[in-house]
Amino acid sequence: MLKEVLAVISVSAIPALLLVITLYGAFKKVPVYEAFIRGSKQGFGIGVRIIPYLIAMLVAVGMFRASGAIELAAEYLAPLLSFIGMPADLIPLAIVRSLSGSGALGILGEIAATNGGDAYVTKLAAVMTGSSETTFYVLALYFGSVGVTKFRHALAAGVLADIIGIFVALAVGKLAFG
Amino acid sequence: MINYIWLFFIVSSVVIGFFTGRLQEVGDAAIEYAGLAVKISLALIGVMALWLGVMRIAEEAGLVSLFAKLIKPIIKRLFPDIPPDGKAAVDITMNVSANALGLNNAATPFGLKAMKELQKLNPNPDKSMASDSMCTFLAINTAGIQFIPASVMAVLAASDSSNPAEIVAPCIVTTSIVLVIAVIIVKILEKLFPEPAKSLKAKEENSDA
Repeated sequence: MLKEVLAVISVSAIPALLLVITLYGAFKKVPVYEAFIRGSKQGFGIGVRIIPYLIAMLVAVGMFRASGAIELAAEYLAPLLSFIGMPADLIPLAIVRSLSGSGALGILGEIAATNGGDAYVTKLAAVMTGSSETTFYVLALYFGSVGVTKFRHALAAGVLADIIGIFVALAVGKLAFG
Repeated sequence: MINYIWLFFIVSSVVIGFFTGRLQEVGDAAIEYAGLAVKISLALIGVMALWLGVMRIAEEAGLVSLFAKLIKPIIKRLFPDIPPDGKAAVDITMNVSANALGLNNAATPFGLKAMKELQKLNPNPDKSMASDSMCTFLAINTAGIQFIPASVMAVLAASDSSNPAEIVAPCIVTTSIVLVIAVIIVKILEKLFPEPAKSLKAKEENSDA
């Protein structure tokens, strides 16, 4: 039920938003076409401004993943993390989810393929992926768009919340499926 | 700080790549991801222009300020430094709503527009330094609020899961908890590491007293 409602919302939200805003604009006697052009002109500038910031961050993350550093970290962290009840299969995912969305989905696909779509570990991995955001990408993109290079406590807050998020996902997954 | 993190990624990639014999892959990844970054940025121009255009209509029609009034109470608490019925407040709300609905294509343009408005309100004389409001906004964004993890459900469906949708509720619960934790963390850190402008002001007030 919830799923159907959510699906309807996600399909119709964008068309509905476009319809409501343009109709309301016309109703308020706004020259809708000209107003649209005035606003959309700024899109180009933002898109171009973020390029160097995104290159810096994505290249760093891409190199890190390609080097095998994540597998290495997973190996060293395994004893520590299995101590708190985290399956070893999930360790690479726990690291990648903050770095790369497509990477996290890839690992989830691997876990699902090897363990089956209904396996407990697959469900845990799914909750961990579905509740994550690529923190480093978001920081680079959002701060880059306004030329901010001193992130202050945003970085620590993002990374801390990611780490806590891993354990929350595990705990909620355990309650729901364990 | 970001200088060290970036340096760490680059140096550790090359050193580890050397020992794992993946130096070739590391080099290839650097080139590949540089291209990918440009591709993402260019793709963003289209959706950015679309939503900025639509939002301009909403602004000129007075829809934006109407919406702002509704969300004022929440914004006031989370973002005490910004005008609660201003443009930044609306853009923040649009970004969070779009994120929650899983509309990434709409969320990012709203988010970037919010950052632009927040930068106008940035109290730091050094504009390359993040304001408290920016940090709070990004903590909300990096917490990853999402009610419909569509791509995750797609992966589960592809591997013959009998009910991919059963992860929706746990995901909502998890992201909600993480969101609350992220906001608490960012508010604590904000007190521990105040904006230079604010700590100056606090000192002045103390010396007055």
